[in-house]
Amino acid sequence: MKDLTKEILEILEDDARATPAEIATLLGASEEEVAKEIGRLEDSGVIRKYMAMINWDKIDDGYVYAMIELKVALQRDKGYNAIAKRIARFSEVQSVRLISGDHDISFTVRGKSMKDVAFFVTDKIATLEGVESTCTHFVLKSYKEHGVVLYDKSQPKRLVITA
Amino acid sequence: MTVREKIEAKRKGKLRMKELGSSKPESYVASAVRGLPPSGIRKFFDIVADMEDVISLGVGEPDFATPWHIREACIYSLEQGHTSYTSNKGLPELREMLSETTRQDLGLDYDPEKDMLVTTGVSEAVDLAFRAVLNPGDEAIIPQPCYVAYVPDVILAGGVPKTVATKLSDQFKLRSEDIESALTEKSKVLLLSYPNNPTGAIMTRQDLEEIADVVVENDLLVISDEVYDKLTYEGRHASFAQLEGMIDRTILLNGFSKSCAMTGWRIGYALGNSALIGAMTKVHQYTMLCAPIMAQVAAVEALRRGEAEMKAMKREYDRRRHLFVNELERLGLPCFEPKGAFYAFPSIEGTGLSSEEFAEGLLREQNVAVVPGNVFGDGGEGFLRCSYATSREEIVEAVERIKRFLDGLGL
Repeated sequence: MKDLTKEILEILEDDARATPAEIATLLGASEEEVAKEIGRLEDSGVIRKYMAMINWDKIDDGYVYAMIELKVALQRDKGYNAIAKRIARFSEVQSVRLISGDHDISFTVRGKSMKDVAFFVTDKIATLEGVESTCTHFVLKSYKEHGVVLYDKSQPKRLVITA
Repeated sequence: MTVREKIEAKRKGKLRMKELGSSKPESYVASAVRGLPPSGIRKFFDIVADMEDVISLGVGEPDFATPWHIREACIYSLEQGHTSYTSNKGLPELREMLSETTRQDLGLDYDPEKDMLVTTGVSEAVDLAFRAVLNPGDEAIIPQPCYVAYVPDVILAGGVPKTVATKLSDQFKLRSEDIESALTEKSKVLLLSYPNNPTGAIMTRQDLEEIADVVVENDLLVISDEVYDKLTYEGRHASFAQLEGMIDRTILLNGFSKSCAMTGWRIGYALGNSALIGAMTKVHQYTMLCAPIMAQVAAVEALRRGEAEMKAMKREYDRRRHLFVNELERLGLPCFEPKGAFYAFPSIEGTGLSSEEFAEGLLREQNVAVVPGNVFGDGGEGFLRCSYATSREEIVEAVERIKRFLDGLGL
């Protein structure tokens, strides 16, 4: 991968609102060059979406999150893909991953209440063909998401002027 | 002795001090120390102390905290009870690793047993180097603008500093004519500090080769402070020690402060011929004894696993460098594009203000702290040192405020 590509992606990953002009300034590149490269990255699906990272805990009417691990009986010819894609179709599901270890598939669910999430898992997931067992972990508190710390940190002070 | 007798004795002692005319403590201060110029930024400390909402471009250190894995390694070593002295030269493990990384980075071989000394920051190493080589009256050529400690360190070592100004028209590189202009029969040392604080100038291999003849012809020893080496944004960092036959003529000083965001740890090192390093080690063992073991442990961790975070910090500085230079152009302040360290050094000559007047006015009126260029010696007047080791938001806001200040001057 070209350095420019990687640097553009790093900047956008950190700040989705960075404009091609701003990125060009930071990298000492031309705006056209950056805009063209971003276009290419969007078209080829490297950049999937531009999002804001929100701390819903700060909103009264927040969400409940759970991580759910599944054991799955493998289906001939289909492997894990069929069931993983099937789970991914639900809008309640935020991420789906094939994992190593005791379980096979891990996914996260967002709901309005614990009951909401629990019923979703029992009704929609546990009943899927091939699912052997589920294990639900409710998230009590998030400390860090997407590399961003969510709690307030004290900022150590630097001297204002030093040689 | 009764209490009364004690009081009486004390009273007599005081009287005696008065009789001898030595009751003022300041009269004890050595003349060399008294003669040192006061810090040029002292005044700004005092102004800043009563201010709020100051955006600082005045800081000579990274705005990042030391990467967590380095801090964590130090905490762990403290839990294990690693709190003793180390060998004067420094932990063997650290010297081994420094030897290895220097071989990789510069292609130079330094024996970790004889050619290397771990110091309490590069500051100590600079002091040791001057003290180890300067006889009374020996001259050290100091290209300026430069970091503020070299001149006082030479004086305290009994030497005589010969400053020489580098110029914006030379991109603040040192030219052989500059060295020649400062040469006398007593010239012994040439100090190099590239990438440079405060100008952001670098010396490429070719630039160094161009001054090598003068150095050799005049049998100068080069003391090279390369603490910003990892923050070179264009091309590879070059060291004078890399030039053919120059390794024994160079004391190479470096440290972890800038590249690994470890300023407060005070950890640096010196590399050079064993005779020179041996002399420095002698002074070091009677003064510092050894660098703090916790900082040495942290340095080992930084060398072992610090590269990814170091590179990430460098990338971020590079982006800020582009941003800042771009913003300065908008203001119309002439500034050569810095190639290393994390400073820009714009010229404010066109405003008619002195560096100090500009910096003080900017601080009082717009709450932006910068360091006036004259603090860094010859050739610094008419410039400002602006550090871009601060967040992008602050850089943009600071430039906006500088613009308002310039507008207020009504030029």
